[in-house]
Amino acid sequence: MIDLIINIILLTFLAITAIAIIRTTNLFATIMLFGIFSLLSATLFVVMDALDVAFTEAAVGAGISTILMLTTLALTKNHNEKRSHAHRPWLPLAVVTITGMALVYGTLDIPGFGDPAAPANTHVAQYYINNALPETGVPNIVTAVLASYRGFDTLGEVAVIFTAGVAVLLLLGGKPSSPNSNPRTNKKREEDET
Amino acid sequence: MFIVVSLAILITMGLALARAIAGPTVYDRIAAVNLFGTKTVLLIAVWAFISNRTDLLDIALVYALINFIGVIAVLKLVTVGDFHSSSVDKIDSAKADTE
Repeated sequence: MIDLIINIILLTFLAITAIAIIRTTNLFATIMLFGIFSLLSATLFVVMDALDVAFTEAAVGAGISTILMLTTLALTKNHNEKRSHAHRPWLPLAVVTITGMALVYGTLDIPGFGDPAAPANTHVAQYYINNALPETGVPNIVTAVLASYRGFDTLGEVAVIFTAGVAVLLLLGGKPSSPNSNPRTNKKREEDET
Repeated sequence: MFIVVSLAILITMGLALARAIAGPTVYDRIAAVNLFGTKTVLLIAVWAFISNRTDLLDIALVYALINFIGVIAVLKLVTVGDFHSSSVDKIDSAKADTE
């Protein structure tokens, strides 16, 4: 009962935040609202017992990508987007509506939540449920699968994410201090040195 | 009791969300996001006791850490302007501007 109430209120907040993100023209406010959106999604994932997804959403969505977008905003220095009033996005709206209705139609064939006869629960899930704790010693089955049974897969993902992080750091943080970039502080440094 | 607590936290989240949407200045929005993150931590902690899964408390602690680091980064960016220079340089140049 209480989880239903929490879910409904959180989803309402999510919809309000999404509409506010669309309506806001201030880019800083949009980034802040994106952070709130990620926190709301992470809370919803926690309530739905998807702890690993919630953790990733909070670290990447609310932490890293907020800082990434703010850094980009500081580099571009354009805090207000121009909105053309003649733009009437009816065709994208129709495409999105039709796609959404098709996806909702597709969910009608999905087996129920926690259905023991569902294909996802009849294949290898039973093996993990029976053997994950004695074989790996990890109490959370999802963590056991990610970190032990698929350890090399996770190691490859870590390598990919590390490479992406290095690339982003080179793009955003590797700004050389050229003499023309900030004359005042450079001049001050030269005076200090002399 | 947990129902009342979680409803109170949700109401506070709604107020913080309203301030984040409406807030005229940058600092209103930063404070709203920080408050929202804190309420998320509290809601997860309450949810841990509702669902009798106290291992969620570790997740709530990690959320608090992420929230803190994020707010520090945002504040540094707003006051200094970028992540490259140290804040002392910018304050010196700001003093030179005023002089």
